Amino acid sequence: MRTILFILQKEFLQIFRNRGMLPIIFVLPFIQLVILSYAATFDVSQVPFHLQDRDRSVTSRRFAEKFTASGYFNLTGTSSSDLQSQSELVRRNADLVLVIPVGFERDLVTTGHAQVQLMINAEDGFSAGVVQTYASEIVTAFNRGELKRLIPGGEVTAAGEISMVPSSWYNPELKYTHYMVPGIIVILVTLIGLFLSGMNVVREREIGTIDQINVTPIKRYQFITGKLLPLWIIGIGELSVGLVIARLLFHVPMLGSYALVYLVAGIYLLVVLGMGLLISTVTETQQQAMFIAWFFMVIFTLLSGLFTSIESMPEWAQRMTMLNPVRHFVDIMRRVMLKGSGIAEIASPLLILTAFAALMLALAVNRYRKVSE
Amino acid sequence: MGEPVIQTDKLTRRFGDFVAVDALTFAVGRGEIFGFLGANGAGKTTAIRMLTGLLTPSTGSASVAGFDLYTESEKVKRNIGYMSQRFSLYDDLTVKENIRFFAGIYGLSDTAIKEKSAKLLKKLDLQHAANARLRSLPLGWKQKLAFSVAILHEPKIVFLDEPTGGVDPVTRRRFWDMIYEASERGITVFVTTHYMDEAEYCDRISIMVDGRVAALDTPEALKRQYRAESMNEVFLHLARAKPEAG
Repeated sequence: MRTILFILQKEFLQIFRNRGMLPIIFVLPFIQLVILSYAATFDVSQVPFHLQDRDRSVTSRRFAEKFTASGYFNLTGTSSSDLQSQSELVRRNADLVLVIPVGFERDLVTTGHAQVQLMINAEDGFSAGVVQTYASEIVTAFNRGELKRLIPGGEVTAAGEISMVPSSWYNPELKYTHYMVPGIIVILVTLIGLFLSGMNVVREREIGTIDQINVTPIKRYQFITGKLLPLWIIGIGELSVGLVIARLLFHVPMLGSYALVYLVAGIYLLVVLGMGLLISTVTETQQQAMFIAWFFMVIFTLLSGLFTSIESMPEWAQRMTMLNPVRHFVDIMRRVMLKGSGIAEIASPLLILTAFAALMLALAVNRYRKVSE
Repeated sequence: MGEPVIQTDKLTRRFGDFVAVDALTFAVGRGEIFGFLGANGAGKTTAIRMLTGLLTPSTGSASVAGFDLYTESEKVKRNIGYMSQRFSLYDDLTVKENIRFFAGIYGLSDTAIKEKSAKLLKKLDLQHAANARLRSLPLGWKQKLAFSVAILHEPKIVFLDEPTGGVDPVTRRRFWDMIYEASERGITVFVTTHYMDEAEYCDRISIMVDGRVAALDTPEALKRQYRAESMNEVFLHLARAKPEAG
């Protein structure tokens, strides 16, 4: 036990003396958290919007106003020719063009039907879908309200119409940050844990001090505990600051218990640190370790369900994500924070993480040898 | 030579087809200063890494400090000290912190650590630099400190792998004064070097050529045997004329 304390003390001294690493550990992650959480949003607003009103009637103006007044769209220009509208799309001055043809008002009043054209920039298919949804909502609202007023007695809403009233549970305001922040905290904890542990032992090998340690009667478990415990503590610290920022800056709710989050994080960090240590024992230089850590970090992030939904991945990819510890922790964090899930509800991902932790530590301890073969 | 504290029997290490150390057999007595000489690549470092338990031998056997290298490696480790050619204390820790750390993992008590630190700093005349980061010290001081730390836990044997590389002759001479002092206290010193003046300071020396011991005796006896004026001549004679098989 005393031996471990001596290593612990040395590790902390070294971490806090490393001027280059300190900001990377204690400042950058939180800047990233703030920037990413604000930036990584699928919310679509202020879409540049171009209007081609050929009807120039009272009704067409009213209809177009529904778009500009919705808050989603930002009128950037008007024109009267298709050619110009299209060039606005090409030049990215507009992502949505609304074309109201001649005879819009007349058709509506006489037949109750009229057509408009929406041209949506679909380079980014996801945003285009959102724009289309917003636009159809506006059209539907116009049908319901304005049309009735416009054509007295017009049977626009059939008696048996099924109307859908959406209600979003667990994130009622559909705040994107509520969804993203818990996941990004996981990424930051992973990043710090994996890199610090990945570089640690290999660094001692590079500078030669590992030999000096290996000729001492130190036990393997003492060495590994002394090496990983400081990083574990730093990881828990990062998580705490992340949770404070989530609460105070992003007002992300915490419906579950903090104790549960810390329990899971404690186990999760063992997975990450064990993996970093494993990387450290199979590499010869810090550069190699860094490269391998990056490789895993990218795969883990992309397959975590943080930015893309796991349900929309192909079957085989979905199965692969089960092997991804980041995926499970992101999942648990969201469930505990936004849904208030308890330990029973998250038992299965938690068990998987526990199994990973045991496996990683066993592999790492086994790989770390005081004597070279 | 008194009772042997290091005894090897046909200790061999291969890396693939290359035989780095070939059937090394020798004994080192208690309190001896044993010089381990050889050209670069002759196998000195490989041999020392095997004897300190950092590298597994391919074949052969050895006992170090009375314990078997294979079966009692942890007991071996408690009884040896090691200072490598690569400077091996922590550059980003202070002098005091380095002493404390290594004393700590050898299991010295807090009072022992305090006492030994104070004594050591005084002996090395490093009190003024006790709280200075190691990186700010001159190489000669670092080497002395590394040696002192390597014998802080009073090992039976200390292995020094080219301990005085890169420093001037005066600093080297002072370093050897410390080696003599340790030897007088009964610590066996196993030292590799390629400075031939240092070879003269040893009680006995072995000269390795291509993984084998080409000669092993006192410096005087070796000079007589090869009718040489200095150890330098002995060394050149042996290293140039590769030994015959066996």
